[in-house]
Amino acid sequence: MLFQAVLKRILIGFATLFVVSIIIFLGTSLLPGDVAEIILGQMATPESLAALREKLGMNHPPHTRYLLWLGNLLSGDLGMSKAGSGAGTIGTEISVMIAPRLVNTLRLAGMVALISIPLAMSLGLLASMYPGSRIDRTITFTTLSIISIPDFLVAMILVMIFAVQLGWLPSIAYMSGNETGWQLIRALLMPTLTLVTIVSAQIIRMTRATILNIMSSPYIEMAILKGVPRKRIILRHSLLNTIGPIVNVIALNLAWLIGGVVIVETVFAYPGLAKLMIDGVQTRDLPLVQACAMIFCGTYVVLIMIADMASIISNPRLRHPK
Amino acid sequence: MSIDEKIKEKITSFEELPDAPPRRKIRFSIGGKIGIFFVFFWIVMVFIGPYVSPYNEADILDESLFIVPGGEEYPDTDYQPPSKVAFLGTDYLGRDTLSRILYGARTTIGISFLATLLAYLLGVTLGIAAAVGSEWLDMFLSRFNDAFLSIPTIMMGLVVIAAVGSTIPILIGMTGLIYATSVFRVARSLGQDVMVSDFVEAAKVRGEGLWWIITREILPNVVMPLATDFGLRFVWIILFISSLSFLGLGVQPPMSDWGSMVKENLGGLPYGSISPLMPSLAIATLTIAINLIVDDISAHSGGKLSNRMI
Repeated sequence: MLFQAVLKRILIGFATLFVVSIIIFLGTSLLPGDVAEIILGQMATPESLAALREKLGMNHPPHTRYLLWLGNLLSGDLGMSKAGSGAGTIGTEISVMIAPRLVNTLRLAGMVALISIPLAMSLGLLASMYPGSRIDRTITFTTLSIISIPDFLVAMILVMIFAVQLGWLPSIAYMSGNETGWQLIRALLMPTLTLVTIVSAQIIRMTRATILNIMSSPYIEMAILKGVPRKRIILRHSLLNTIGPIVNVIALNLAWLIGGVVIVETVFAYPGLAKLMIDGVQTRDLPLVQACAMIFCGTYVVLIMIADMASIISNPRLRHPK
Repeated sequence: MSIDEKIKEKITSFEELPDAPPRRKIRFSIGGKIGIFFVFFWIVMVFIGPYVSPYNEADILDESLFIVPGGEEYPDTDYQPPSKVAFLGTDYLGRDTLSRILYGARTTIGISFLATLLAYLLGVTLGIAAAVGSEWLDMFLSRFNDAFLSIPTIMMGLVVIAAVGSTIPILIGMTGLIYATSVFRVARSLGQDVMVSDFVEAAKVRGEGLWWIITREILPNVVMPLATDFGLRFVWIILFISSLSFLGLGVQPPMSDWGSMVKENLGGLPYGSISPLMPSLAIATLTIAINLIVDDISAHSGGKLSNRMI
């Protein structure tokens, strides 16, 4: 039964990815906005426009274009950049443009996950151990404030403190690509710190809510009433039941990193995938935007799927949906 | 007493029957009261902002205003720190930050409010329809909705803007559509809960029509949680629109809102200028204020609300 439930969820995941690819393709391809005109500018003659459209494959009907695009995408061919944004020029292979940016973004996301998950989980645990105490209220209020202000304000406050007032860290994270060791860490520090702050606030709130929810369930109440020591309640009764929801929380928050990455890479001019995508949007380089969007949405769908599977595996009741 | 009067008395006494427990008054905590103050302040500023601001939003302040005795003869007017001339300093072109924030309130809050209204109009209509309608309709709407929900909002926004560009109507329509998906989920789940309750069952047995059930039984019972959700959704939409403007993909110049003010003044940040900080603090006062009010209201209505909103 477990195997079936997990398999079903994986199939749903693939179906979702398929629908997402249709939405992204429709969103960018069927609406007005002609790349040929953008590339050739105002001096374009009708003949050269037609020739370029032919070359870019824009004359096929939409469903053929979608299938061609999907086929290329699945075989790893992300296509050519149409508008030449950032480092690339017109006709650069998109996979060549994306590869180094993807490495940078993964490096940033990895650092953030590595720091924020243990930090946030312990703070969340601390807050939920003493609900209503001063430390709990401090943590709750701080995290509520952080999640309700714009991400760029968090970034700016940290720049104000660490770059302007204290002068410890650079306020932008420019990287030429051949930094090593200490230089790399220095460039990564400010973006990482910002993202850790944003993501931790989310994880802390969700961890606290999850644990409080479990601690108020009847079987824990029963354990308290029959006099089981607190340590034993947490380790023996509640820990196994918390693992599922906590993995869920982590996967969800890693998925939400995506939104934060877009802002943080822009604030610090960090050469990651999100920055490349923003440049693509500004120059209307649709194949580039489609490729980046597919990478981000694919990651998102997979992470949400992991979150769901964690709950299915840890909670037998979800294996037999009514 | 005539029969007519008797019937009339019966009807009025029936109407006076308490069909719900008496309303408890919401008690606001200190945080909630501060929240109400700020929200009220910004609502007033949406209407009178341009009339009370010290300068016009586009005015580049004159050098002569900044001359201090013994100082430079022609001082720079850009990135001026706060002074008596400009209470919150000036921006990268030498315009008064305070005036621009007061003018920008109309753009930021206006666009976000219209987008939230649109999201609610679509989301609640379809959500309630899915809750009361046939299983097939519910299935169709929900699957469709799930597909849209599996794309991060900011990605959806970027893809749409890449395709059609960014004007105010597109911005409102797009944001409304994107957030309608999550409103749909909340409205549908609230509606389904009410739909299976005994009093709806009773109404059905009584032979009431579908429209009567929706307007008299379901809507009154979902309106309070939805109102709280409206507040939270409004906050997220403000943050979403501001983020897009901050990326240079939202409100386009010469119009300006709080998010684009942050973007254009970001260059002053390494020099310690507060001009990018002030508009983002304006956003923060508004969003934190709404959150504080929502916190009090949902504590009042049982606090179960947060479970639905993830």
